[in-house]
Amino acid sequence: MDPLILDDIRIALDGAPLLGIDTVIAPGDVLTVMGPSGVGKSTLLAYIAGFLSPAFQARGRVLLGSRELTRLPAEARRVGLLFQDPLLFPHLSVGGNLAFGMAASGSRRQRRQRVAAALAEIGLEGFADRDPATLSGGQRSRVALMRVLLSSPRAMLLDEPFSKLDAALRGEMRQLVFQRIRQEGLPALMVTHDAADAEAAGGAVIELEP
Amino acid sequence: MPSGHAVGVRLAPWLAIALLSLPVASGLAGVIAPAFGWLPALGGNALTLVHWQALLQAPGLGRMVQLSYVTGLASALLSLSIVVLFLGAFMHTRLFTAVRRLLSPLLAVPHAAAAIGLAFLLAPSGLLSRSLSPWLTGWQYPPDILFPGDPHGLALIAGLVIKEVPFLLLMSLAALPQCQASERLCMARALGYGPLSAFLKAVLPGLYPLLRLPIYAVIAFASSTVDVALILGPTTPPTLSVAVLRWLNDPDLTMRFMASAGALLQLVVTLAALASWWLAERLVRQLMRGWLENGRRRSGDMLLGGVALSAVSLSVLLILGSLIGLILWSLAAYWPFPQALPQPPTLRNWMGAAAGLGDPLFQAAVIGLAATALSIVLVVGALEAETLHERPIRPGAQLILYLPLLVPPVAFLFGLVMMQVQLGVAPGLSVVILGHAIFVLPYVFLSLAESYRRLDPRWAHLARSLGAGPARVFWRMRLPMLSVPLLTAAAVGFAVSIGQYLPTLLLGAGRISTITTEAVSLASGGDRRLTAVYALWQLALPALGFALALGLPRLLFRRRSGLLTPV
Repeated sequence: MDPLILDDIRIALDGAPLLGIDTVIAPGDVLTVMGPSGVGKSTLLAYIAGFLSPAFQARGRVLLGSRELTRLPAEARRVGLLFQDPLLFPHLSVGGNLAFGMAASGSRRQRRQRVAAALAEIGLEGFADRDPATLSGGQRSRVALMRVLLSSPRAMLLDEPFSKLDAALRGEMRQLVFQRIRQEGLPALMVTHDAADAEAAGGAVIELEP
Repeated sequence: MPSGHAVGVRLAPWLAIALLSLPVASGLAGVIAPAFGWLPALGGNALTLVHWQALLQAPGLGRMVQLSYVTGLASALLSLSIVVLFLGAFMHTRLFTAVRRLLSPLLAVPHAAAAIGLAFLLAPSGLLSRSLSPWLTGWQYPPDILFPGDPHGLALIAGLVIKEVPFLLLMSLAALPQCQASERLCMARALGYGPLSAFLKAVLPGLYPLLRLPIYAVIAFASSTVDVALILGPTTPPTLSVAVLRWLNDPDLTMRFMASAGALLQLVVTLAALASWWLAERLVRQLMRGWLENGRRRSGDMLLGGVALSAVSLSVLLILGSLIGLILWSLAAYWPFPQALPQPPTLRNWMGAAAGLGDPLFQAAVIGLAATALSIVLVVGALEAETLHERPIRPGAQLILYLPLLVPPVAFLFGLVMMQVQLGVAPGLSVVILGHAIFVLPYVFLSLAESYRRLDPRWAHLARSLGAGPARVFWRMRLPMLSVPLLTAAAVGFAVSIGQYLPTLLLGAGRISTITTEAVSLASGGDRRLTAVYALWQLALPALGFALALGLPRLLFRRRSGLLTPV
């Protein structure tokens, strides 16, 4: 895996500077970005993932190793996203959600086997045909994580990923997410309000200031 | 090579704008020339004012103009008052939730069917007077009152109001969250204002601007309606729009010049009604400024709340009574006054009508499905373009959307017919379908836009980051996730198309008959039994559409329950 390089990024809104960042995230590391609301944390994620609204002006480059992402469309960047909501597509089954992000290669049987194996990994054997609306909160979060991993991302962006979970689940999900990130050697950037998130991630912390 | 999705997204907004504005613009152009004597196909080669002179000498013209102007403004004012009072008195109550559920089916009732039902309910020998006679009224024979068709157009106004109240209510429901109505209301209540005063002083000033275009559409429709006026309006003289239609259908083809002038005059009358409303708006705003800030917390809340409740119940009762009247008449054989129920009920009317019904129902369904499909494609394309470019819709585009609802159809459709004549275009099914789509598209857009825009952008971001391109996101994520609102929008569009009378009549040159044109022409005849059967069938088509739109998702997505609750 390659490091995620944020090369002198500056984002402005209507000409007024909003934030600047210049850093390198090594594979398997989680960089935590903290700061009060409105400071532009989510804007930074949007820029890296390729969804910056035209209202913003941004310069600086995003690279994965030597591959520059800045000019690529979002679907070609291979940057995985985890939000505070699991956002499982309601029109697809649990298995369909996992398959949505998988590369189109392989026979139907092979794809089904990969989905089944992935579900077993997160303790949800036999859940492939279930309606996502029938899952518990913790189960949904795990499916959402597995959906990102199955799309073979090269980096991860976490947007307050644990803020909507209750305390017991939160610890469990933190452990699972950071363990998988290290295991896959993905460079990751997490935006959060919660200092405990940063502590659990164990990586560097950047405070954005208004 | 660009994908089909990319091309579609680029083209759809322009095609939608063209469909909305070109017919209106060219229709108006097409009515101006003959009004001043120029229509070579009918031998008009010189510009002249004689047709205007003829129009001005038409008997009863002043009365016709007055009728159109007054019914337009009066029905809009009544409908708006009922809606405002109802929202003010009941916004945070259980009744509100109940009415909310009734709205879509109420809106689906075609204008003609509602008007026929109302006529059967309120006529001297109608259901209402039967159920009160003779024990209360003492009438052994129907009283000699001209109603519907009273010279002041009261029946016409009532018929318009019962159809416009659900429309304005629906538009308000979409607008309320946009102006943070709930928050405003809670704030004012916390400051000690009674429910209705809180609504009038804190919510209405923010709500009204969002309702302005729908209200203007109501005024334009009411001042120029043809089908409702044919059924409920006075006859000697009729409203201006009905008179224009009569002149157009006159066997003497030279009457078409005068009809063109009349159609232009209709446009002027509608514009005058709109301008009067606009002036009144300014005046009210000036007068209300002090009242808004005077600190009075309860201005007749109890009284106005009572008025609101009775007005809304009356509207609902009128619609229900109309429906019951239609059903009873369709089952009646010999039904002498003052019997309240036909005895014995018979299915003979239904059997007798069956042979003639097949073709008009089929035509209406084909036209409705085609016009709805065309509108859905264009609307979804336009909304997808808006979503991809993250650009909010411009105020100008909003106006174009309302263009066919603001310009009286009798004026521009009439011009289109004139152009058809001049260019030798054969009237036929495809022209009628396009004509319907002009009116279907705005409603489909209004019905779908909120859901399309409110879909959380994170869904698309997520799908893109999982490797799906814009086309795949559209086909595999956005469309399936919006299937419930899409089906509802289709049902609304289909209902609007079924309700169309004038476009079918004019653009089909009388050769295409749908259930609606048949029902309206039967209504002016004397056979109530047959008319009731046709009106009920006219009502059944859109009702079937809504039943499918509500039922299909519950069947198809019973294992995808997340789709059935709004995201």
